Amino acid sequence: MNTIKIGLASVFLFFAAHAKAVLEIEITQGIEGAIPVAVIPFTTEGGTPPQDVGGIVNADLGRSGLIATTPADLFPQRITDARQINHPAWSGKGIENIVIGSVQTSGQDNYVVEFQLIDTISRRRIMGNRITARGRDLRRVGHKISDLVFEKLTGKKGAFSTRIAFINTEELGGGKKRYVLQVADSDGYSARRFFASKEPLMSPAWSPDGQRIAYVSFENKRAEIYVQDISGGSRIKVTNAVGINSAPAWSPDGKWLAFTHSKNGNPDIYVMELATRAKTRLTKSRGIDTEPVWMPDGKTLVFTSDRSGKPQLYTVSASGGRSKRLTFDGIYNADADVSPDGKQLAMVHNKGQGFRIAVMDLANGDIRVLSDGRLDEAPSFAPNGVMIVYATVNRGRGVLAAVSEDGRVKQRLRLQEGGVREPVWSPFRE
Amino acid sequence: MNVYKTLAMFAVLTTLGLAGCKTTTDPAEDPGQMSPSDIGTTPLGGDAGDLQVDELNDPNSPLSSRVIYFDYDSAQIRSDAVDIVAAHGQYLARHPNTRIRLEGHADERGSREYNLGLGERRALSVKRLIVLQGAADGQVETTSYGEELPAAPGHDDVSWQQNRRVEIVYR
Repeated sequence: MNTIKIGLASVFLFFAAHAKAVLEIEITQGIEGAIPVAVIPFTTEGGTPPQDVGGIVNADLGRSGLIATTPADLFPQRITDARQINHPAWSGKGIENIVIGSVQTSGQDNYVVEFQLIDTISRRRIMGNRITARGRDLRRVGHKISDLVFEKLTGKKGAFSTRIAFINTEELGGGKKRYVLQVADSDGYSARRFFASKEPLMSPAWSPDGQRIAYVSFENKRAEIYVQDISGGSRIKVTNAVGINSAPAWSPDGKWLAFTHSKNGNPDIYVMELATRAKTRLTKSRGIDTEPVWMPDGKTLVFTSDRSGKPQLYTVSASGGRSKRLTFDGIYNADADVSPDGKQLAMVHNKGQGFRIAVMDLANGDIRVLSDGRLDEAPSFAPNGVMIVYATVNRGRGVLAAVSEDGRVKQRLRLQEGGVREPVWSPFRE
Repeated sequence: MNVYKTLAMFAVLTTLGLAGCKTTTDPAEDPGQMSPSDIGTTPLGGDAGDLQVDELNDPNSPLSSRVIYFDYDSAQIRSDAVDIVAAHGQYLARHPNTRIRLEGHADERGSREYNLGLGERRALSVKRLIVLQGAADGQVETTSYGEELPAAPGHDDVSWQQNRRVEIVYR
């Protein structure tokens, strides 16, 4: 039986949120036929709100690549109210949708945000909503509006309210580094330092409810798995056995962690029931078995193994048994992430041109390469399955990038300082 | 050293064509130095090594090499590193109270978790040869940092070669 270490790691927790974006996101490739939308700057009443809600919505929608936002200087008329809209003037310029809204406050940090989505062709309001919030939550209100508008226009659930966890390395001088687990909103703002260490951190993984993050820390000179509460509560070491303990992956119901453990120096896939810490070994190959990830049904896991000589992806039942090889195309297929609908696998794929992000259709085994880097790794699906965020190297520095699952939209996420890697997209927020 | 371990080590070395002679200067062969018996003293106890600089700190000793390098995606000890690893193994066999940690590392190519496994595989590969020299299992601890602590920061072949390594840390 393992002993369980519980400690309040308050010394290492930094919850100061920064107003400016830590990650800057630029679209490097958009798509033809993106849905045209004009987001009118939101009017304010009763005082200046701490956030530009309309600006947040405009940036979110534009960043998606699926929606083309219109620059304000191309608006055919200046309007502050939906009743002022001259519909043909907008539709004639190809602007088929307008988002218009207002932020009112009665003081006392209470804000009422109203917005409408207008179709300029049918001349109808297709959505309207009112949200009340405190000043510090206005960014989230903006993302919520973006989610609603995005879903209405594309039919796909918006993921603007989600977050991305990643590992950042900060140079301290003299060759020393600090490793920081950070969480930022999906637009790169509101970054929080979640845990910092002078020893490496790796492999962050969100719990399905988005309340905890499991990750690997080398603070005791070897890879061990910790589970930390995101709201600033407990930090628990969940592994204790000698050897590698790494690559944590939460089961869809949040009750189990799959992970890699090397007993007697041979990494295999295990699952651990978090409530009891009871472990079951799932694989027993002589090769390196690692990077487990659960299928959405919670019954099967996909993992990497080099039992055939080079890393390839395999599946195994959550109750153990025989493993089945999934990938045959390419000399290196590893670090899978399963799409939310369970139909696709994102992976690190090498066919001789470098390590790239590819997606495999599980129905037919077809592999499509989505990125063109040399050292791309750590793909992670957005919870709506639209984008895949991953780590790449740009001019010698670790940066994050994102690509749509169909490869048509590409973004680069630039961190102001340091080097970033291992992005993981959070689940939907309630 | 037990005979099987000696034979096993010899087998490793000869297989790799490395069983060469290492010459060391023996002070007794120096014509300018008096033999202890000439002046009727009794030799000091212990072996001569105790009176010399600790071999571990001798820059001319293979023990001064503390980093073992590897080929890409390989945990096989290269022929040029076998005698270094063997020297550490023999030293540990002679000093049963000395302990080391072997820290395995990988270059950045490929996934981080796979590289963590690869680093461990490299550390264990070095440990196997060390134990073959007569060191006890308990003297050698292994760990892996995967690609997390590169020795060289570049993203090219030169850096990658320096990063595929096992570091021998005396404790």
